[in-house]
Amino acid sequence: MFYIFSFVLAISAVLVVFSQNPVNSLLFLILAFFNAAGIFLIAGAEFLAMILIIIYVGAVVVLFLFVVMMLNFDMQLLRQELKPYQFISTLISAVVFSEMIFIFYFSKRGEFAKAYISYQDSLSNTHNLGNVLYTHYAYIFQISGLILLVAMVASITLTLQFKHNHKRQHLSNQLQRSPKNSLELVDIKTQDGMGKEETLQ
Amino acid sequence: MITFNILLLSSFLLCLGFLSITMSRRNVISILMAIELIILAAQLNFVCFAHQLQDLSGQVFALFVLTVAAAEAAIGLAIVVIYYRNCGTIYLNKINKLKG
Repeated sequence: MFYIFSFVLAISAVLVVFSQNPVNSLLFLILAFFNAAGIFLIAGAEFLAMILIIIYVGAVVVLFLFVVMMLNFDMQLLRQELKPYQFISTLISAVVFSEMIFIFYFSKRGEFAKAYISYQDSLSNTHNLGNVLYTHYAYIFQISGLILLVAMVASITLTLQFKHNHKRQHLSNQLQRSPKNSLELVDIKTQDGMGKEETLQ
Repeated sequence: MITFNILLLSSFLLCLGFLSITMSRRNVISILMAIELIILAAQLNFVCFAHQLQDLSGQVFALFVLTVAAAEAAIGLAIVVIYYRNCGTIYLNKINKLKG
């Protein structure tokens, strides 16, 4: 079961890189995230798997899709890829990959030290995470909320444009209106009308 | 055994993301997608060791990494949007002026 998830994850990650259409590569990225969530479920991190699907696939990749659809991609230009760094980057990534595999394969799998503060009980994963996150990691939790606030403010500040031909509300002008400036009470007899010289201008 | 497999997969994703950043000279969006792949590889690594050592700190840190990755994806996309508004192209070889 794990092998199915990892195989599809690897293939869809390769297709993210080598796909021609940007929308296609985003859809393969969604597939990669779903399979990674499956691997997280196998490794016992249920809360993190669901958060990955809800936040990463449901918000971040959707944002990517919005931006991809908003910008016009010149597909003719995109097909002529210039790859000046092809050889050296392949060499470097192959070397790093083989180094890491070497380390993982030949490491000692003996006794480990005791786990840092937290351990997993017979409670659910979400319960355990809640126990740890709000007590030991409370400062980091609040700071990550601040990081999200900063990101939101930054995105809005960067992309908001004030156009001059839009009709906007000017709150101070609205509040400064008084009945003296804007209303005029006129006494009209019935079936008489306003009369021609008294029409509103 | 499963630890070794997940570590193999995460290092493969890391190297693939690095390869994608250096080799894809097409547009900025694919570079941002490769950065997301690298961050996913790091999260896989954290969760793998959290599973092996029965320690919950790995999952907590993977959660925070996810938060920061979402924030930087949002800001990166905002930068791409206003760059496109000003210069009209996101083909990476044409983005070579710092003044842009």
